Amino acid sequence: MSDRMLNDLSLFAPETAITLTLIAAILADLIFRRKPILVSAIVLAGFIVTGLLLLRQAGVNASIFSGMVAVDSFAVFFKTIVILAGILVVVFSMESGELNSPGRKLGEYYALLCAAALGMMLMAGASNLLMMYIAIELSSLSSYLLSGYTREAPDSSEASLKYLIYGAVSSGLMLYGISLLYGLSGSLDLATINRALPQVLAGGSAASFTLLIAGVLALAGFGYKISAVPFHFWTPDVYEGAPITITAFLSVASKAGGFAMMIRFFKVTFIDAGAAALPAGTWATLQGFHWVDLVAILAVLSMTIGNLVAVWQNNLKRLLAYSSIAHAGYMLTGVVVLSNEGLAAIMVYFGVYLFMNLGAFYCVMLIADKTGSEDIDEYRGIGARSPFLAVALAVFLVSLTGLPPTAGFVGKLYIFAALINGGWTWLAIVAALNSVIALYYYVRIFRNMFLRAAEPSSARITLSGVQNAALLVLLVPTLLLGIYFSPLVQLAQASVRLFGTP
Amino acid sequence: MGSLESFWNEFSGWLPHVQLAHFLIVSAILFALGIYAIATRRNAIMVLMGVELVLNAANINFIAFSRYSADMNFDGQVAAIFVIILAAAEAAIGLAIVLNIYHRFQTVNVDEVSSLKE
Repeated sequence: MSDRMLNDLSLFAPETAITLTLIAAILADLIFRRKPILVSAIVLAGFIVTGLLLLRQAGVNASIFSGMVAVDSFAVFFKTIVILAGILVVVFSMESGELNSPGRKLGEYYALLCAAALGMMLMAGASNLLMMYIAIELSSLSSYLLSGYTREAPDSSEASLKYLIYGAVSSGLMLYGISLLYGLSGSLDLATINRALPQVLAGGSAASFTLLIAGVLALAGFGYKISAVPFHFWTPDVYEGAPITITAFLSVASKAGGFAMMIRFFKVTFIDAGAAALPAGTWATLQGFHWVDLVAILAVLSMTIGNLVAVWQNNLKRLLAYSSIAHAGYMLTGVVVLSNEGLAAIMVYFGVYLFMNLGAFYCVMLIADKTGSEDIDEYRGIGARSPFLAVALAVFLVSLTGLPPTAGFVGKLYIFAALINGGWTWLAIVAALNSVIALYYYVRIFRNMFLRAAEPSSARITLSGVQNAALLVLLVPTLLLGIYFSPLVQLAQASVRLFGTP
Repeated sequence: MGSLESFWNEFSGWLPHVQLAHFLIVSAILFALGIYAIATRRNAIMVLMGVELVLNAANINFIAFSRYSADMNFDGQVAAIFVIILAAAEAAIGLAIVLNIYHRFQTVNVDEVSSLKE
């Protein structure tokens, strides 16, 4: 018994490390009041140690704490995304003018950041419905507070209120769905539910209708976490109002946690384990519950509405919010194909999305710190005022559009390939058309940056050494992964294995 | 007083026959009321109260399913305890955020708090 517990704890080391970092951040804030840089350094070190501990878990395939949490290559991949995003966001936070205004203490900020990261890591591993709900709440509650952290700013306060209300409602709906699912199957464990469901579905149309309702309600919770239409209403307001560092963190880490949890939920619970004669690496939905169509509709809506509304936006943070809704749509199409190829495509996409999206937000943050505005019209002449920054932002935006030779192209390529191989050609066409719309609104930014002259009074923007280095750290992978992507693809293909599935 | 007595007699006669379905109906009503409150109320506190109703509807489901399951499994009861704790945490954070909103905007009406443009 105790041996087992110790073994479980050793597999829980990354989460333990981030929890200790959380405590260290609070203590350091109390002890070193005069030296806020120390708190950031401690948290940065904590995130890096967590990342190193995660690397040691490569290839593990186990279930710990009586089936509550799965430690498998799939979870480790998404946890790594969360931690990498965390490391970069801590670096951003050290540079952010918005956060480092005089008189603001950042100890709580870093503690909440650790709590949110812990919640997202647990989301990636949770294999029990109760654990999933707790993980969602842990990451959500911390995120509500973080998005309102600059609380003297009305925008930030409003963002936290809207996030709170939409978040509370979706998690409530999800919980009701979970309770129905528990009633139908008599268990909260995903694998056990999967074994019980064929019998439930054989029970007649009332049972399958209840299962449909439970599935839709659970989808509300996931859809909110990954900001898919029609659960996206919070996204633009929160992304615009929250501090930019937090927006960047939510757009990558929160989405990664949400996707990992959603994929695990659907792939472990709602597939037909007894289906015969399937090609290797693919799986089938349960007879009588075709949730794939639901996810396909969500994907199409997210892509189309996200991209179309983005065209009208003048605030760059808000534009990136709609673009992130659209990206959630592209990634959802990878779930629809029901194959390991689709899962690997999502993971490749996340690998590149991490760098390009954080990079875009970092550029927006640097420009906003200097010009005090996120309005696209204020980007006139940035190309002349700071060539490196403008070129970097342009590369990130080209990558978000999905044009070669950037990493974004590779991400889209694998998604489209998975869709066409899976027989979803129409969905691939919709996704490709959407990329064209995306090009239109990104080009507007290029035009402002490079083709329109700045006002004569505007000065050059100079970046510090750390800022240049951080930009390079994001820029190099965005370009390199566009040309030399096989390591990422191999890593993704090796990481599709979920605990408890063949 | 006689009518109350006869009602009580009838009620106590019916009480042992309470089945799973009765709990589920109560929970469904509570869920519907919660959703109604969320959809119609514009006061942030009222919306949060609607969320509490939804969470408690789920709790009734959990406990009822657990009590009436064939093997009396306790997963549902444990889940309900966790949900109660999380609901308390959510209410605490929610009220803190609403208080902050009141300081900034002098209102807790969700529609009036909209400086972020569409």
